[in-house]
Amino acid sequence: MADLEQFRADARAWLDEHCPPTRRQLREGETAPAWGSPEFDAQIEGWKREICERGWSAPTWPRECGGAGLSPEEAKVLAQEMARIRAVPPIGGFGMYLLAPVLLEFANDDQKKRFLPDIANGRVDWCQGYSEPGAGSDLAGLQTRAVLDGDEYVIDGSKIWTTSAHLADWIFCLVRTDPDASKHEGISFILFDMKSPGVSVSPIQLISGQSDFCQIFFDGVRAKAENLVGVKNGGWTIAKRLLQHERSGLSGMMGGAAPSRKRKSGKRPLPNFHSMADLAAPYLGRDAEGRLADPFLRDGIVGVEMDNLCFGLTMKRSSDGAKEGQEVGHTVSMSKYYASELNKRRQELLVSVMGTQALGWEGEGFSATELAQTRGWLRSKGNSIEGGTSEIQLNVIAKRVLGLPD
Amino acid sequence: MSMILNDEQRMLQKTAREFVAEHAPVAHLRELRDEGDATGFSRGLWKQMAELGWAGIALPEVYGGSELGYAELGVVFEECGRTLAPTPLLSTVVLGAEVLLRAGSEPQQAELLPGVCSGDGILALAFQEAGRFAPYRVATKVTATADGHRLDGEKCFVVDGHVADRLIVVARSSGGEAERDGLSLFLVDPAAPGVEITRTIMADSRNAARVVFDGVTVGEEATLGRVGAAADTLDAVFDRATLALCAEMLGLASEAFERTVAYLKTREQFGAKIGSFQALKHRAATMFCDLELARSITLDGLRAIDEGREELPSLVSAAKARLADTAALVTCEAIQMHGGIGMTDEEEIGFFLKRARTAELFLGDATYHRDRFARLQGF
Repeated sequence: MADLEQFRADARAWLDEHCPPTRRQLREGETAPAWGSPEFDAQIEGWKREICERGWSAPTWPRECGGAGLSPEEAKVLAQEMARIRAVPPIGGFGMYLLAPVLLEFANDDQKKRFLPDIANGRVDWCQGYSEPGAGSDLAGLQTRAVLDGDEYVIDGSKIWTTSAHLADWIFCLVRTDPDASKHEGISFILFDMKSPGVSVSPIQLISGQSDFCQIFFDGVRAKAENLVGVKNGGWTIAKRLLQHERSGLSGMMGGAAPSRKRKSGKRPLPNFHSMADLAAPYLGRDAEGRLADPFLRDGIVGVEMDNLCFGLTMKRSSDGAKEGQEVGHTVSMSKYYASELNKRRQELLVSVMGTQALGWEGEGFSATELAQTRGWLRSKGNSIEGGTSEIQLNVIAKRVLGLPD
Repeated sequence: MSMILNDEQRMLQKTAREFVAEHAPVAHLRELRDEGDATGFSRGLWKQMAELGWAGIALPEVYGGSELGYAELGVVFEECGRTLAPTPLLSTVVLGAEVLLRAGSEPQQAELLPGVCSGDGILALAFQEAGRFAPYRVATKVTATADGHRLDGEKCFVVDGHVADRLIVVARSSGGEAERDGLSLFLVDPAAPGVEITRTIMADSRNAARVVFDGVTVGEEATLGRVGAAADTLDAVFDRATLALCAEMLGLASEAFERTVAYLKTREQFGAKIGSFQALKHRAATMFCDLELARSITLDGLRAIDEGREELPSLVSAAKARLADTAALVTCEAIQMHGGIGMTDEEEIGFFLKRARTAELFLGDATYHRDRFARLQGF
């Protein structure tokens, strides 16, 4: 315990030096002319470089993998100290959040040393080669083939719905290495450079307009066999583990964070909580008692707000459970399902509230919020498709949690 | 406070689950119903529950309680909900005792609360006057007399009203029919002249009564709290009772769900377990999610009572709306998924539907609480 407090003091001193107020996120209501300016960006870049050099962008990883070899307790203290000063999280992305956890679990030492340092310091951006035109919900039906030729695999096929593939340096990719095995048993997990000859990328336009989604085509792409992670034909296990990381991340992004315990004033006992009502008031008006004037839309809004509250508390309960070592695996599918469906309901309701003002596509006659609402409503339709459809999540719950038969 | 049960709470849960499974399974409620039992619950069993410490779990030590909190009382309610065990927990331990704790004088508390903790005294709060919950809609009139008060009016759905040793009556001393101000509370002896109590037989086979007050006179010492200012007391009492009821509903809905999932795994049609059909799987999985949310809001609400959190009223309404909807969904689906057997009285699943609907309407249904939540949040 004393060691941990010493660590806290040391971390605090280091952070004070390397992350002074000029390098932090602003507090609510704070304004600083430098925010978003080239000078500010340079400060943030400096902060990221210095913390990466110290290994604290991935604090628990071994030093030879770009981390600092901290214990989980020390990493927790560091996270607390960084949150306290509102330090910008140094490294994010698919490499850090999806690939690194499975590399740490499944990769050999050589692979860890070659790939993890570049993830820890943000030198390489990764994309995720999973879905294919013919393999969506039935991901294990993927057909992209990798055939061994000497010490290289030759890859042919196509991946779709790959986020930011046009910006990525490398890809972690599911490929079929044994076409004769049953579909789950012929898949491997392999890494290769997106600049390899034979890789081409084209962006996808969605019903909501521009997107980061791409389709990738592989035409005789050569990938080093030493970059196959885990066992050949054993990639499905890695693929599933990575999906768990992805689904927990997606439900986190769609809201449902536990409500803050802090209160701002007596009148609003659940802070930041009726944003929908605030948004709706100018469109619906209020009656003499201050209620939103449309009773049916008001009922819908309160229903969504309450469900959001209950969902946030469920996330808190599952994190309380995790702290005490209780199994939380099933909550990943549940939260992915619930967060997606709740966000779709919310978006539908907001369109009803704003009426045709929420159906403007571009140009004059609409506020920025209204135009964003149109796109947000359309984009939300993908929430229950990407990262495993709602139907797939319900299948997982029925099988894994409820034990219903196939 | 963590939303995961601690060791003591888990121990309490285990004890309670085993006790009700052995002594008060659903068959116990059926037996009371079929025999037309005059009390509507087993006094002997209630005494044993009190000896286990359930009645006084959240009540002061000085009156024989153990001064734990609603996190613990909620565990007891949930487990009793699982077997639909009929007890005076809600009427006596929550509605009655909470009024006494908030509005009662020391002599009033000292007279009645030890009996609550020991399981010997039954209390009933007579507030409701129509089918739907409307806490301030009180027409029962109180008028001042030379040496006290006179009560006139009629109450319905007084839980445990026909077996109560003492009635606590909400009456209007001033103000219009639905006004928040002007409500008062009185202790009334059920045997007093002018009190007429009729037990009403409900679909859920649980206790309720119609109580008529026709020129009932009480002395000054029967007043609970300040005349005309009972609404603050009632709000706090209803909030606590609503969360306790939510815990009961969580237990009954969880049990109905588990029984249904078990049935899906055994019943065969078309040569397959019906639980292999995706049409049923997805509905079951959806209910699982709804129940998880119901559990979270109930646990948080119970802890908010113990922590004295200011946002309690909003949490209460969010909890009751969620439990009302979820218990209705789960029990209706339970009947549907059980098919024809679910419609028979012989199968127990129907008892869960009946209790769920009663609990849903008591202390405000989902519509009521969505409206209240919005008001509390300023929209």
